[in-house]
Amino acid sequence: MDDIFGIPAPLLFGQVLLGLINGAFYALLSLGLAVIFGMLNVINFAHGAQFMMGAFAAWMLLSMGSNDTARLGLALLLLPTFVLLLEWGLSHVRLSVSVRRTIVIGLSALWLCTILLPLVPYLDVVMARSMDASGGGVLQWLFADGGPFARMLGVIFPNGLGYWWSLLLAPLLVGTTGILAERLLISPLYRLDHLYGLLLTFGVGLIIEGIFRNQYGSSGLPYRIPPELQGAWDLGFMYMPVYRGWVVVVAVVMCLATWLVIEKTKIGSYLRAATENPALVQAFGINVPRMMTLTYGAGVALAAFAGVLAAPIYSVNPQMGSNLIIIVFAVVVIGGMGSILGSVVTGFGLGIIEGLTKVFYPEASSTVIFVVMAIVLLARPAGLFGRA
Amino acid sequence: MAAPGGFSGTDFRQEEGVLLGFSKAQLIAFGLMLAFILISPFYFYPMFLMKLLCFALFACAFNLLIGYVGLLSFGHAAFFGMGGYLAGHSAKVWGLPPELSILIGGAVGALLGLVIGWIAIRRQGIYFAMITLAFAQMVYFFCVQAPFTSGEDGIQSIPRGRFLGLFDLGRDLTMYWMTAGIFLIGFLLVHRIVHSPFGMVLKSIRENEPRATSLGYRTDDYKLMAFVLSAGLAGVAGGLKSIVFGIATLTDVFWTMSGEVVLMSLVGGLGTIFGPVVGAAVIITMQNYLAEFGAWVTVIQGCIFVLCVLAFRRGIVGEIGNWLRVRL
Repeated sequence: MDDIFGIPAPLLFGQVLLGLINGAFYALLSLGLAVIFGMLNVINFAHGAQFMMGAFAAWMLLSMGSNDTARLGLALLLLPTFVLLLEWGLSHVRLSVSVRRTIVIGLSALWLCTILLPLVPYLDVVMARSMDASGGGVLQWLFADGGPFARMLGVIFPNGLGYWWSLLLAPLLVGTTGILAERLLISPLYRLDHLYGLLLTFGVGLIIEGIFRNQYGSSGLPYRIPPELQGAWDLGFMYMPVYRGWVVVVAVVMCLATWLVIEKTKIGSYLRAATENPALVQAFGINVPRMMTLTYGAGVALAAFAGVLAAPIYSVNPQMGSNLIIIVFAVVVIGGMGSILGSVVTGFGLGIIEGLTKVFYPEASSTVIFVVMAIVLLARPAGLFGRA
Repeated sequence: MAAPGGFSGTDFRQEEGVLLGFSKAQLIAFGLMLAFILISPFYFYPMFLMKLLCFALFACAFNLLIGYVGLLSFGHAAFFGMGGYLAGHSAKVWGLPPELSILIGGAVGALLGLVIGWIAIRRQGIYFAMITLAFAQMVYFFCVQAPFTSGEDGIQSIPRGRFLGLFDLGRDLTMYWMTAGIFLIGFLLVHRIVHSPFGMVLKSIRENEPRATSLGYRTDDYKLMAFVLSAGLAGVAGGLKSIVFGIATLTDVFWTMSGEVVLMSLVGGLGTIFGPVVGAAVIITMQNYLAEFGAWVTVIQGCIFVLCVLAFRRGIVGEIGNWLRVRL
């Protein structure tokens, strides 16, 4: 086998491949951040947590037949869908706003109580004492293995929903939570200083991460590579695991698709126009607030999509997003948030630089991106692709 | 950028100082704080109070930047943690006296602040926050690998030593008085900075930076100076904490610590002189009592963040001041 700069070729290419994988996630996440920032002027600090939610959603969908906490999580993730559908349904009925609001809040509170009560520390102990002696209260029984939900799911999806379904459903589920979060929490902040958006989403990220850490611990859950993507290709100079190649290809396709939607379609042109001048676009009769909501939802869905892709590579754990997001922030600063393609190129490029550093000077591999950030800030403060 | 209800919208009147540049209301509040500091060690656990004072100083340092220059630094853990490491290292390995070790901590914080600030002030607003966060993460990775921090274990059993070679700090109460003294010096220093001509320029940068530039102020120099002062004080707070607890660990450099100091200032009231102290007291007390709930503390902190941003932007002290129609 040949050596390149005194480094065995398989090692070099292996690290470049790892760098490409990391770069794929940097690109997908910074793309979502850029899209959200362009439209909402909010830096979405919860992006890492939503990435993690995507990975967990995939795990929940897979193991919902055999694991009671997976069912609980799934029921929680379905809440926003439930609320949005309820809202939509009620909008067709003649009801006063207050009645409609009461119904929505009441029913979602009921839903939330059913799900959340067992999670409250000590409450299950209290309930077990007060309700029946068979261990756990009624709510625990409802979601327990062998309980009615489990049996129902076992009949409909005997093996859970696999990777391919997750790739579609997890972004939808997590995206709807984003839509609800935008309507309830973020939209009141548009008139204020942008930093409040940062602080709020930071808080949301803490909440999400804390809840998942409570429920699933920090050790991580396994998620198998789907059978279709197992194995490795022999490229002649190295072996390439099929799944890793798949991740890179899908990330590139996804980034290009996002770029095409924004640059080449009608809805994308509305989006770009609203980014430039929301008041004018609204004056043309386009529902800008709804566009903002959907944009946030789409950005969050993109993060969740990346999370599903990441689930088989990294173990699914509550911290998987928060450490990544800080590096993605550096990527965003380096690339500048002005251009979509810019953030994609920067993401992949920095992933490769990181991989190469791991070969040539491993001690610096965790800090190299920040060093690049410092250099870029000194030379081009607006970022490589940014507008000043 | 000047959105309605700007980031820390205290009004811009310069009030006449009664004593030490404090207004009457501030003087009363300062008296209350002083009384609490003097009386509390006889009623509360000194270790808890010392932790509170360290974080109050840290939050004051942070508030100098966010409240009076309008710069949100999401990387203050770097200065706090590095100050702690260096103070611990000089006390334990070099055998320096505690007061000198803490000063070294402060100097290291200021030096790091000079480097990071010099690069970070090239961008504003959200970017500034992201850049400081990224640099702090870089410092964290450095601390994970550097030999003198001893990695995951941290620097342990740092000796408290003798203050000026006279007072044995091994006694908790003696240590408390020194901590309280350093906190008060830091607090008054921040107050002095804010009310100096230099501080007025900082506030004008917060309100309208292009205007300040057009009036002939080199705003970048002022911002950098404020950043260095803030970082230096954060380093002092970190150094103090490691001397008090005899341990300096990775927790203090991690981004969660940056988040915590933001939360303290937010809860207490951004841009108020007493806000960070109250905020630190609230958050530290909460952590103390909720420690048994484990990760729920994170959830509660997140909820407080959301609540403060949505409904409670003035913070505790800001709301009280607004209610009494005084500036605190």
